[in-house]
Amino acid sequence: MAHANVTSTEEYNYAIIKKFAVMALFWGALGMIAGLYAALELAYPAFNLNIPEITFGRLRPVHTTLVIFGFGGSALFATSYYVVQRTCQTRLYSDSLATFTFWGWQLAILLGVISYMAGITQSKEYAEFEWPIDLLIAVTWVVYATVYTMTLRRRSQPHIYVANWFYMAFILATAILHIFNNIAIPVSLTKSYSMYSGVQDAMTQWWYGHNAVGFFLTAAFLGMMYYFVPKQAGRPVYSYRLSIIHFWALSFLYMWVGAHHLHWTALPDWTSTLAATFSVMLLLPSWGGMINGIMTLSGAWHKLRTDPIMLFLIAALSFYGMSTFEGPLMSLKSVNALSHYTDWTIGHVHSGALGWVALVSFGSLYHMMPRLWDTRLYSLKLVYVHFFLATIGIVLYITAMWVSGIGQGLLLRAFDEYGALAYTFIETVSFLHKPYVVRAAGGAFFVAGVLIMSFNMFMTIRQGKAEQAAIEAKLAAKMARA
Amino acid sequence: MNWLKHETVETNAGWLIALTMIVISIGGLVEIIPLYFIDSTIEEVVDADSGHEMIRPYTPLELRGRDIYQREGCYLCHSQMIRPFRDEMLRYGHYSLAAESQYDHPFQWGSKRTGPDIARLGGKYSNEWHVAHLIAPRDVVPESIMPNYPWLMENDLEYADIEARMKALKTATVPYSVSQEEYQANVERFGQDVADKLHISNAEKNLIAQAQAGNYDGNRDRLTEMDAIVAYLQVLGTMVDFSKFEEGHFAEFR
Repeated sequence: MAHANVTSTEEYNYAIIKKFAVMALFWGALGMIAGLYAALELAYPAFNLNIPEITFGRLRPVHTTLVIFGFGGSALFATSYYVVQRTCQTRLYSDSLATFTFWGWQLAILLGVISYMAGITQSKEYAEFEWPIDLLIAVTWVVYATVYTMTLRRRSQPHIYVANWFYMAFILATAILHIFNNIAIPVSLTKSYSMYSGVQDAMTQWWYGHNAVGFFLTAAFLGMMYYFVPKQAGRPVYSYRLSIIHFWALSFLYMWVGAHHLHWTALPDWTSTLAATFSVMLLLPSWGGMINGIMTLSGAWHKLRTDPIMLFLIAALSFYGMSTFEGPLMSLKSVNALSHYTDWTIGHVHSGALGWVALVSFGSLYHMMPRLWDTRLYSLKLVYVHFFLATIGIVLYITAMWVSGIGQGLLLRAFDEYGALAYTFIETVSFLHKPYVVRAAGGAFFVAGVLIMSFNMFMTIRQGKAEQAAIEAKLAAKMARA
Repeated sequence: MNWLKHETVETNAGWLIALTMIVISIGGLVEIIPLYFIDSTIEEVVDADSGHEMIRPYTPLELRGRDIYQREGCYLCHSQMIRPFRDEMLRYGHYSLAAESQYDHPFQWGSKRTGPDIARLGGKYSNEWHVAHLIAPRDVVPESIMPNYPWLMENDLEYADIEARMKALKTATVPYSVSQEEYQANVERFGQDVADKLHISNAEKNLIAQAQAGNYDGNRDRLTEMDAIVAYLQVLGTMVDFSKFEEGHFAEFR
């Protein structure tokens, strides 16, 4: 594979990608540590320490915001700017606008996290940012869409590569979701009330919430997959036709499924039934995408033996397949009656977030970062170590949550021989303790992996800079002699 | 029919964007818009004796309590949405009606029960129990994993901006009254006692009066955040008197 040479670094804007890539690792490590701490608070409430800023209720949005928008968002900015330039063979539309998206996004994350700890929140899950930060995000997003579209328009290739369709759908959908879910009436700079209430607010929120998963955490990362899997495998995408069907079906179906978060609630039955129907249909494009990714490796399976980056990408696709099977299952009303409100949901989210989103991001960053700094990975062995820490962590996490979620669901609906409730609520809470300890251990494994990756990347960047300096010194010496 | 070929989409950014926008807009439009127009979405809950609506907006003190509930992220561990199942009926009471959260901006149905559902918490425990439980949950429920909230008792309640808060909610269609006309409409709709508490210009007076009368935190000398949040917790799920409806009455709306 051709390394970026001197001309191509001038041709492409790599500086902006470097910034986002480093911030992805920084927010990722911080957000996962926050998640680990929140897990400890649930296992041992003394960890709340009677400090308002870090009690579970305020720390949880800190965790979700840092990992989804800080880590995931920065990884998406980085890879989308990389992919759009490489596949369109053109430089990013505007350096200054791209730099604006960097500072706008980082500032939003920082302000968000500080404000949650201070108790400033809209209290809508994954949309906790208060209205001034929402505005900042909206402006940043419009600029992002502009940079992306204008770069597409000056491509030197006639075709827009499939990865860009997914990034484009992610940018458009996120804009719509963000704007409509966050319409609120301000009281002051730090407080607002949602324009919607009750049923309509719930529906809008989960239309947003599930498509934050569908477009932010899935479609966009599929864009990542469609570039980095073929690149790392050195083979073309398995089926171009499948990617077309996959793209349109996924984009259309996802927007219908949010209401499966509201089964058996005061939301009308027709809405959640419709959502469940579409959730089941969604299995097809999801698995179409997984098959397309995994089959790209057909004929090159031996790479799994020697290439740990490939391991990350293929394991990510496997977890993607698993959680997109589990999702439709949980969207069935009878299953949801048991799973909803329990840790099964938390486990499901993490098999997607850790297994799919994080692993595919790690794989892509391992592929991309050495190329950005024009060097090799500092240590391939540490990539292996990271891979096994991450997988062990995920497996511990999701099995613990299956035990606590399904277990608590069954305990809550158990009756004794007289037809009375067999367990009080607090008895089911005691049951959760052991799975919560195992979950925290799984989280610790995962965090350890991320810290090792951060070290590996730090050393890689240092190595790249040292090599660059050496070349420059040599050149300078030559010039001096001449 | 060149424009129908996928090649056209792949080579034309504008066409790709336009088609994507159409495809991703449909689901949300079909599922959200009708919720505003189908009448049976939100049940009518009227007291046949007085002719007044049973479900009312929050009083100023309850509203401040709800703000604190949001601030502390309580919704992340407690749902306020009882499902129509036998175990939930036995554990929590009658399933939640859509009408019961019609003034909740935003909704607080929650998505996870790390603690129990609290949609009908009001009246189940005494004020003293709530105060002790919020300060140190394990003092009253040893196995609890809820954080301690001692600062609720230490912080004075801020209520200088209570009118601004109610006005913002009024903009979001909550029937708080400003004009005499709106007040009269509320008298007809909710009865005079309730209408008095929904009048924005009396908000501060009403807030203090309710805290004094309710003495939620057990200390009449101070108006604390504890007063507000306990007032809020004690009203949850208490507005509808289900004994006044025939069994199965609400099932027709589902």
